Amino acid sequence: MQHQVAVKRAPDGASLRAVTERSTPNDNGGAPALSRFGASARPAPYPLFYPPPPPVDQVSIEERVAALAKRSIKKSAKVQGLRLAVAMMDLTTLEGKDTAGKVRALCRKAMTPLDTDPTIGPCAAICVYPNLVPVAKRALAGSTVKVASVATAFPSGQSPLPVKLDDVRRAVELGADEIDMVIDRGAMLSGDYAKVFDEIAATKEACGAAHLKVILETGELGSYDVVRKASEIAIAAGGDFIKTSTGKVVPAATPAVTLVMLQAIADHYYATGRKIGMKPAGGVRTAKQALHYLVIVKETLGDAWLTPDLFRFGASALLNDVLMQLEKERTGAYQASEDFSKD
Amino acid sequence: MSRELTKATPSMKASKTSIVTRTTPALDFGRAWDYAPAPEASDHVKIARRYELFIGGTWRAPKSGKYFATYSPSTEQKLAEVADADARDVDDAVRAARHAFDKYWSKMRGAERAKYIFRISRAIQEKARELAIVESMDGGKPIKESRDVDVPLAAAHFFYHAGWADKLDYAFHGRRVRPLGVAGQIIPWNVPLLMAAWKIAPALACGNTVVLKPAETTPLTALLLAQILQECELPPGVVNIITGAGATGAALAGHPDVNKVAFTGSTDVGKKIQRAIAGSKKRLTLELGGKAANIIFADASIDQAVEGIVSGIYFNQGHVCCAGSRLLVEESVHDLVVHKLRDRVATLRVGDPLDKNTDVGAINSKMQLDRITELVAAGVAEGAERYTAPCKLPSKGFFFAPTFFTGVSQSSRIAREEIFGPVLSILTFRTPDEAVEKANNTMYGLSAGIWTDKGAKIFWLSQKLKAGVIWGNTYNKFDPSSPFGGYKESGFGREGGRQGLGAYLEVE
Repeated sequence: MQHQVAVKRAPDGASLRAVTERSTPNDNGGAPALSRFGASARPAPYPLFYPPPPPVDQVSIEERVAALAKRSIKKSAKVQGLRLAVAMMDLTTLEGKDTAGKVRALCRKAMTPLDTDPTIGPCAAICVYPNLVPVAKRALAGSTVKVASVATAFPSGQSPLPVKLDDVRRAVELGADEIDMVIDRGAMLSGDYAKVFDEIAATKEACGAAHLKVILETGELGSYDVVRKASEIAIAAGGDFIKTSTGKVVPAATPAVTLVMLQAIADHYYATGRKIGMKPAGGVRTAKQALHYLVIVKETLGDAWLTPDLFRFGASALLNDVLMQLEKERTGAYQASEDFSKD
Repeated sequence: MSRELTKATPSMKASKTSIVTRTTPALDFGRAWDYAPAPEASDHVKIARRYELFIGGTWRAPKSGKYFATYSPSTEQKLAEVADADARDVDDAVRAARHAFDKYWSKMRGAERAKYIFRISRAIQEKARELAIVESMDGGKPIKESRDVDVPLAAAHFFYHAGWADKLDYAFHGRRVRPLGVAGQIIPWNVPLLMAAWKIAPALACGNTVVLKPAETTPLTALLLAQILQECELPPGVVNIITGAGATGAALAGHPDVNKVAFTGSTDVGKKIQRAIAGSKKRLTLELGGKAANIIFADASIDQAVEGIVSGIYFNQGHVCCAGSRLLVEESVHDLVVHKLRDRVATLRVGDPLDKNTDVGAINSKMQLDRITELVAAGVAEGAERYTAPCKLPSKGFFFAPTFFTGVSQSSRIAREEIFGPVLSILTFRTPDEAVEKANNTMYGLSAGIWTDKGAKIFWLSQKLKAGVIWGNTYNKFDPSSPFGGYKESGFGREGGRQGLGAYLEVE
């Protein structure tokens, strides 16, 4: 079985061992070698596993995000931040009971979040399952709202790679502008970093022109050190964005885990000048939380990342709370929750 | 921008995190989304036009009839007039303290003393907001620090020591203890209320009475504390608070009926006090200057170490005797640390101390600003490379932008003298032994910081460093249960913890 050039180059015992151990029949669910899917032909952008990622100090990370939560965001800064949050939102519905009607309603909400104030929004994207991509595409025609589709056997990722790549290709064919993939957490936790890398690289290839967001599912990774390592692998393998969670696992996005990922993005930028995007998803429900995330981005990566091109919120419940706060700033009073459409 | 990357080329070389080149891009911390002003409301805070001396439980005018003004260093506006105590007032205060010691405080059971001290702690918590605002107005420190650090810690010191008051017989392994008598305490301007608590709480817990002199530039929170003591119905004379400058302090330290002198401040003044009381039976503790080494190893979590550098030197504008003012970085990560530090310092918000988003407030006085400016000029003249945060300073008030120097040598003035401002000197080392040698190569020995992912290295270094307080993977963390104090010219005696009690007790 052929494997990543980069993996062989890595002076890391575990990775080299992985090369030999993986020559088993049920690797990739018995599917053909990764090279068939274009993964091994390309060299890695730079050696992955050396030097190892810097250690992450849990106490310090949590202290820093707690300090940033104390930033006082008032008046004009609040309005500007909340408007930005709307524009950064990937409005999401990922349920078994999703229908065309539900998705169309959500698309309308994404295009005009608040019918009384057309200057708010539109949101960055709609995030749906592949089957609903054509519906969303039609509903959003003529708008700037992108269609993002989850793929790669979302949310568990526990399917053979060909199935996952097929999932991606079909979503792109159906019109998805962005693909939100999941990494193989089992491989990540068992130390098979090469597999994690290869699958992301193959997925990136399958995306074609579509943007790739790599979901680490940090709630399953167990420690900040693993999150940091997974972030580096996802970035190196070609992810355009790294994303915390599927929203199906608790805990989903947290400020601390987001900071760890932002630091990986900063280090990649320092090393290469390439800007990687960040998407906390799941668990961001209030305007106050959204502002906290924006503060963390602003003070970790700076102005360049304060744009939907490089920062997104994956959320379903967040939008109405943000709108309520914006209306409160405009009118001076809180409106009833019934005043905001629930799509 | 000179540091902008001209061409983004992912390469083998670029991935080595220790390599930072001229083309390494910088992050841009501009004003794309700027925080609106968020001033803490201060209109409900009442500062009197004039404050008298707090002696024997009452407010008395100074014998000389003289007053001096205290100013806000961030607005240069006069906040209040305070009494200038002379030797006669000091004598009155010591007499009141002696009377209170003999009459009530030394005779009171520890559990009873504890009730008063607990009550003071609770009263500080209840007035936390007001105290924090006044502290920031009078001293220039950012409200987020006075609100989250100074005032809560002041309350914590009273709370902690209240617990000791009835357990002193168990503090020294079966040895009996008794109080010393009257403690004369002289405190500095950098953490006024906290330092008052730091001094008064153990003295009271151990059964001593107190004459406290706050610094002349920051007397207000000590005077508010006097009001709190009054409201707590502390017996008259147990704590006396007198304001004045150096002469008042000298009269207090030199008063023949003072049994113990506790001083926190500059090494120069500390030496004068020690000289003045030499030959007397007075007990003395001195907590003086520092030039702490903050040591960063290549295996540290660099992002977190950078946070530690920032809290080590820019906390309270660097007006901290234990500030991590000498950064020792392992040479292999020097460029990376400096690059990241430069970006981090660019995010610091300098300005109005009452704004809740301010990270670095005003320099405490014109005199201190002049000293910082002079030492920075000396650093430049000695050939060190200066970096100063690109922030806009307010037009009024005393401000100094966060600054650091690279290329500093052990012999530079900025590596040897305490600057007591937001100015960091960065030096390098190659081996752990060299780190120890350089860290100890100073006349001070108050504190040190160690940053490494290896616990064993922290333990090894902490045994070698001649510093009273050593932080591992953190910096400027304080707790009343942890003893604090220095080696060498940073002073002697410990404050806080069980060890700190010894400074206020005769252990038989």
